[in-house]
Amino acid sequence: MDSNGSGRRQFLKQAAALAGVAAGAGAGAEWAARGQSANPEVQKPEAEARDGHDHRELLRRGARFSVDHITYYTPLQDYVGIITPTSLHFVQYHASHFPDIDAQQHRLTIHGMVDRPLSFSIEDLKSLPSVSRIHFLECHANSSPMIHGAGNENMGLPVQYVHGMTSCSEWTGVPLSVLLNEVGLQPGASWLVSEGADPGKFSHTLPLGKALEDVLVAYGQNGEPLRVEQGYPIRLIVPGWEAPFSVKYLSHIKVVDEPYHTWNESMNHSIPRKDIGGKARWYHFQFGPKSIITRPSAGLRLARRGYVQITGIAWSGGGVVKKVDISTDGGQTWKEAKLQAPVLPRAHTRFTFDWAWDGEEAVLMSRCTDERGEVQPSRAELYKNWGISEAEMKKPARSIHNNMMQPWRVARDGSIYDAMFT
Amino acid sequence: MGAYTMRCSLKLLASVLILAAPAAALAQSPRFNVGTPLSQEEIKKFDFMIGPQGQALPSGSGTAKEGAVIFAKRCAVCHGQNGQNGVLRRLVLGSPGNPYRGPFKPEERDSVAYYPYATIAWDYINRAMPVPKPGSLTHDEVYAVVAFLLYRNGIIGETDVMDANSLPKVEMPNRNGFVPAVPVYPPEPKPSWW
Repeated sequence: MDSNGSGRRQFLKQAAALAGVAAGAGAGAEWAARGQSANPEVQKPEAEARDGHDHRELLRRGARFSVDHITYYTPLQDYVGIITPTSLHFVQYHASHFPDIDAQQHRLTIHGMVDRPLSFSIEDLKSLPSVSRIHFLECHANSSPMIHGAGNENMGLPVQYVHGMTSCSEWTGVPLSVLLNEVGLQPGASWLVSEGADPGKFSHTLPLGKALEDVLVAYGQNGEPLRVEQGYPIRLIVPGWEAPFSVKYLSHIKVVDEPYHTWNESMNHSIPRKDIGGKARWYHFQFGPKSIITRPSAGLRLARRGYVQITGIAWSGGGVVKKVDISTDGGQTWKEAKLQAPVLPRAHTRFTFDWAWDGEEAVLMSRCTDERGEVQPSRAELYKNWGISEAEMKKPARSIHNNMMQPWRVARDGSIYDAMFT
Repeated sequence: MGAYTMRCSLKLLASVLILAAPAAALAQSPRFNVGTPLSQEEIKKFDFMIGPQGQALPSGSGTAKEGAVIFAKRCAVCHGQNGQNGVLRRLVLGSPGNPYRGPFKPEERDSVAYYPYATIAWDYINRAMPVPKPGSLTHDEVYAVVAFLLYRNGIIGETDVMDANSLPKVEMPNRNGFVPAVPVYPPEPKPSWW
């Protein structure tokens, strides 16, 4: 691994990352080309004012860039199977530029309440027993109701921009438990705090119990080294939990005896809620059962009556997806979809459902049940749970950890609308 | 108070019991003897993850008066003069002598008044700010900027000195604004989408 080779790989990675952005933008352009981009409704300033983002810019570039954020969305409307191509994996990055890390110089240190504080090179990590596992990642802010109805009041944004902050990959690395065994845990150790080598030194707390269970220090994704935007050269993968736990550009792990309440977890990733007296829920861990119909979805159009394959993805932080039910009448009646193998724990699961469209208006919904018997909630169920009043329910609210069912309305002309708030 | 302490210790005990099992299992695994030992001196050079009780806070100090000058030079370009009306993240709610005590709306989380511990501001500013050159503030400057923000939020006085000893003792108005007050793992037996 000479420095030239490393530089070339870096270049290839960046080129591939750019290709990914271009593909994302292409998907947005494809949506726009379906006759919607000329609609002046897209440029409604009220819709943008709602969440402070410029949705015209988003649709043009397929990504968001700002002084403290870089966001790419997985183009779910074009997603097939359960593996997201690495170049199309979502990114929600909390700085203005990706770090340029020399993998030969990079070290992972593990210290704190351990018997033998150690520093590991990337080669050290690769010399240890490796495992490859397929897991989804999801941004805790994915599917935020704020974005529903933005862009176009009637049709909504494509599924890519509403739900595209989830992706699924085969991750390769060394179990964190192996590394913790090397350093030796001291009595009383109960939490870890991890830090990345990105400009913002992203850091997050993790309970030791989860760290010993199934967490990976990953150096590979979908058969190749991690790409720069995915945390090159190493990152944590914390299966089934909200993605901020899976710290990228991993450089330090400190073993401690209490949660550290870092800025990201105390401020950035908490939301005050009415049902708990205006207090904030502290630490969301795993995601609940969730599913999204990716095709047909908002912005697409049914070409003809008759056979339509409804397809999408389902996942749960709690394990394996047990079943997915489909409704074509807005949740009044349900039929079970087919799950396509492989059906893996804490991974996207592809479902399909054969439907005959009669040309009448329909509302398509999917509902996931996981192996624990937990059922994906409807918007009304989730909002009631969160203490949101009937009057407020029609308004998109800011939320995190959102797994409510997504309704898509099929109009008689075959065009499809986001029906979450209409 | 007694009941609360007891509930907390029960929770703590439960989580310790659950955590103890895998740790015990781990102790029996063979080691590979991979990795380079780290000395305490080496660890000190990179260990700036500050705990809520101020663990690992380095020496240094600063006041709001000193912080005002640094804030105007390094921070106001994004956060606005006095931490208000900037293009990014309104850091100040309330006013000197008059802290904002909530309830906090989601968009009010940006304020330092929302943080449960004053140490979070030190930790984050030290490692991640300012955006063009994170880590470029000296420890004294970080203490001063934190003092300035705490003062503007009405939490401390203008001449209060912030250092490794005083900062963790600052009483934050939203200290109990989180449920649970101390996170537990595994979480309580509620639906995970709760």
